[in-house]
Amino acid sequence: MTPEAIKDLLAAKLAADVGWNDELAGDPFATVEADKWHEACRIAKDEPELFFDFLRAQTGTDYPDDGSIEVVVHLFSYKNRHSFVLKTRVDRKKPLVQSVQDLWPAANWYEREIFDLLGVEFSGHPDLRRLVLPEDWVGHPLRKDYKEQDSYQGISTLRPGYARVEAGGKKKKKKKKAKTAEPKPEEPKPEESKPEESKPEEPKPEEPKPEESKPEESKISKPSGDGEDEV
Amino acid sequence: MSSSDDMVDDKVKVEQGPNGGAVAGPIDSLFNLARKNSLWYLLFGTACCAIELMQTGGPRTDTDRFGMVFRPTPRQADVLILAGTITYKMASRIRRLYDQMAEPKYVISMGSCANTGGLFQASYSVLKGGDLIVPVDVYLPGCPCRPESLTEGLMLVQQIIEKEPWLKKAWGKVPAPKDPWPEESRECKDDS
Repeated sequence: MTPEAIKDLLAAKLAADVGWNDELAGDPFATVEADKWHEACRIAKDEPELFFDFLRAQTGTDYPDDGSIEVVVHLFSYKNRHSFVLKTRVDRKKPLVQSVQDLWPAANWYEREIFDLLGVEFSGHPDLRRLVLPEDWVGHPLRKDYKEQDSYQGISTLRPGYARVEAGGKKKKKKKKAKTAEPKPEEPKPEESKPEESKPEEPKPEEPKPEESKPEESKISKPSGDGEDEV
Repeated sequence: MSSSDDMVDDKVKVEQGPNGGAVAGPIDSLFNLARKNSLWYLLFGTACCAIELMQTGGPRTDTDRFGMVFRPTPRQADVLILAGTITYKMASRIRRLYDQMAEPKYVISMGSCANTGGLFQASYSVLKGGDLIVPVDVYLPGCPCRPESLTEGLMLVQQIIEKEPWLKKAWGKVPAPKDPWPEESRECKDDS
């Protein structure tokens, strides 16, 4: 079936409005209201003419301008050899949507990931915990307004002497140490003679050394040609 | 490579007698000679640098000839090689591995990611350098650094070892290196 025919059949079975967009680049997609989400997915899976038995992917996207978060399922039917994209939108302030884990068990981890990174709650999910980030993480990093914490478990999230890069790379503050990103333990010697002390740079070349090994040169890492140009 | 004058080994003089040899020198150099030639590293990697770490153990660079062999447990390892990008989730695990290693222990920060966060230093989930959680002895640049570079890093650890006043250290006369992430400042649960 063509995606449009799938949409029409889905709308007829659901007895509700189903949005349709085939103008954007990529797959055309249908949108349903959040409270019809589980019902629409169930029809897509159980209806013999649709029979979407495979959940290819489930993702989420943050749209802060619309105040909403979009949840997307990419479906495929092995029997009927067609695929479909179905979307819904939830309120960004209180993102709650029905879980489809009971239809496709594969959705279990997908929904955990969306919960982890975007903070969408899935009602009916049996085990809604963070998937990739640690349990004690603060915030949901794929939200556009996410702000990095200053420290995690007592570790600074910023290297001494570095400026923070803003999310999305919009207003990238002058990143002072971008060039000399490697901590160069060999610096201390020539640095004393150098008069330049303009920037708060040199991320602490001597700090992590153990004191007992006196000769500094022993810790010099060999400048192996291609090492400098990272970032 | 430093000049051979610095080497403790040179202080060891072999007096050749008619019936064999005798060795005189500081006891440190004897200990250090043994320690530096059995430098066992922990077979542990967090990202793609670990591929180069495996390569380093292969026949081309063959670190076995320096007495460097990998150990599968931190209890038997002398060197922790931070091979690859370290995420915050992994930080407390790496610290635990480091704490489980017996003294004396050394840390090599291998590659740009372990040095500073490297390519991923703008990421929310990546630790901005392994020296924020463990004291690092040798930094190796590169993305990733080649097996030759890692071998040299291990040999730099050998140089650190051979110059160490080991007996003094064993008696607690040498102050411990500054811990960048001391236990009291760790806000992680013990079971993490």
